[in-house]
Amino acid sequence: MADSIGNHDLLQRAIASTPGGQALMECLQCGTCGGSCPSGQDMDATPRKLIAMLRAGMDDEVLSSNTPWYCVSCYYCAVRCPQQIPITDLMYTLKHIAIERGQYNKEAHVGFSESFIDYVERYGRSFEFGLATRYNLTHHPFRMVGKAGLGFQMMQKGRLNATPDPIKDMPQLTAILAEARRIESHEEAQDEPV
Amino acid sequence: MSQSRQYAYYPGCSMRATAHAYDRTARRVSEMLDLSLQEIEDWNCCGATEYMSISALQAYSLVARNLSLAATQNATDLVSPCSACYLNLRKTNDNMKKYPDLNDQVNQALAAGGISYTPGALRVRHLLDVIVEDVGFDAVAALVKQPLKGMKVAPYYGCLIVRPSVDGYDTEYPTHLDKLMQTLGAGVVDFPLKTHCCGGHMTQISEETAFELIRRILHNAADYGADAIVTLCPMCQLNLDAYQPQVNAMFGTRFNIPILFFTQLMGLAFGLTFDEAEIGSEIIPALAALGKIGQESPEQVAPKRRDKKALPMPIP
Repeated sequence: MADSIGNHDLLQRAIASTPGGQALMECLQCGTCGGSCPSGQDMDATPRKLIAMLRAGMDDEVLSSNTPWYCVSCYYCAVRCPQQIPITDLMYTLKHIAIERGQYNKEAHVGFSESFIDYVERYGRSFEFGLATRYNLTHHPFRMVGKAGLGFQMMQKGRLNATPDPIKDMPQLTAILAEARRIESHEEAQDEPV
Repeated sequence: MSQSRQYAYYPGCSMRATAHAYDRTARRVSEMLDLSLQEIEDWNCCGATEYMSISALQAYSLVARNLSLAATQNATDLVSPCSACYLNLRKTNDNMKKYPDLNDQVNQALAAGGISYTPGALRVRHLLDVIVEDVGFDAVAALVKQPLKGMKVAPYYGCLIVRPSVDGYDTEYPTHLDKLMQTLGAGVVDFPLKTHCCGGHMTQISEETAFELIRRILHNAADYGADAIVTLCPMCQLNLDAYQPQVNAMFGTRFNIPILFFTQLMGLAFGLTFDEAEIGSEIIPALAALGKIGQESPEQVAPKRRDKKALPMPIP
């Protein structure tokens, strides 16, 4: 392996946790990903640079980077990568590991994802009204004032439901998600260095 | 056609709220096209772009429950009108097939709920693909009663209907929505940003990031003389429509471009009334743009590719 510093724990873990992740080792550092990224200007490292950091073993810097959190999941980088690196999926993996280790960037919107998932785990479906009010109230209370007008308009047009829309068989979904969580934490315990 | 084609239908959460206009017109138009959409019984959320970063295996298992439920219905094709749902369903179906370990784990999770799924048992399709490939332009043309002549639309595909790669479609410059709109009689403008990103969930997280992406798309469509942008994704419609006033406020622009679902325009061309086509559910009113229908036929819009001012570059 050409990489010289660090012990590559994060690199190995990222490869193992990302379907097709082995392609990371083939990165040419061509920069097509960064040049294609619509939100690249807000990132502290382009995807190309982040991959270089990952391969150099700069684990802490990679995990605390804001890059994965500004990814808009447009997949331009992934389809243009000459080495077929699943860059978008890598961003998801890095977010997941950063959350798990509590090392995520201060600009990370973990709360938004968690609120979204909380509703899905409770009702089986997303709940936009609850999400918009809860997330904004806790994260951007002053922005709520400006958003209220739009929210009212959306409600008038029947585009925002004030109550959640639960599925029937929640026990089944809960059992499936609990088992998935159990398998994943078991796998992760094996992947983590001792 | 003796028997209507059967599809398992996955509407997705947005279709029951922010994009109800899309859901209702999708069902109505499908009926007119003799496509039988059978909603998956008790479907759940696809996880959007949020679940994957918290737990990949839970994200895949969440989606796989839908695949499993759909596979028990009498259909080989699963169709979704939402690009994000379509991507998650397709990705789970494909990745379970491609990565046996993932398949084992997902099925182990599903077993806890007493169900299972064989990857590849279903073909996951987007509604636009079904209309274009299974129905075809000729059959669509045969149903047109009120051609949309006089109105110019910018066909906006967004990201997830063509990326990551989908067989048969260009990942950056697809044309099937263009052709469908031409079939309805609409003028179609050249639209270089047709597969650029609307910002997705960023409107909720970083307005600075999201509004710039929305501005670029509106700017490009306006530059090319579009009366309306036509879309095929609830998220794209929401971002371009509901946030357009805030984008104008942030950049000092005066965009006033209605954003319609392609099924609304199909409905109108097939003779539905404005009410039936759910016109009026948009935040930026579409009436002025729709008023152009039946007026003078649009002059050919010459591609302005070499006009540097037309390039959607960020404001310096």
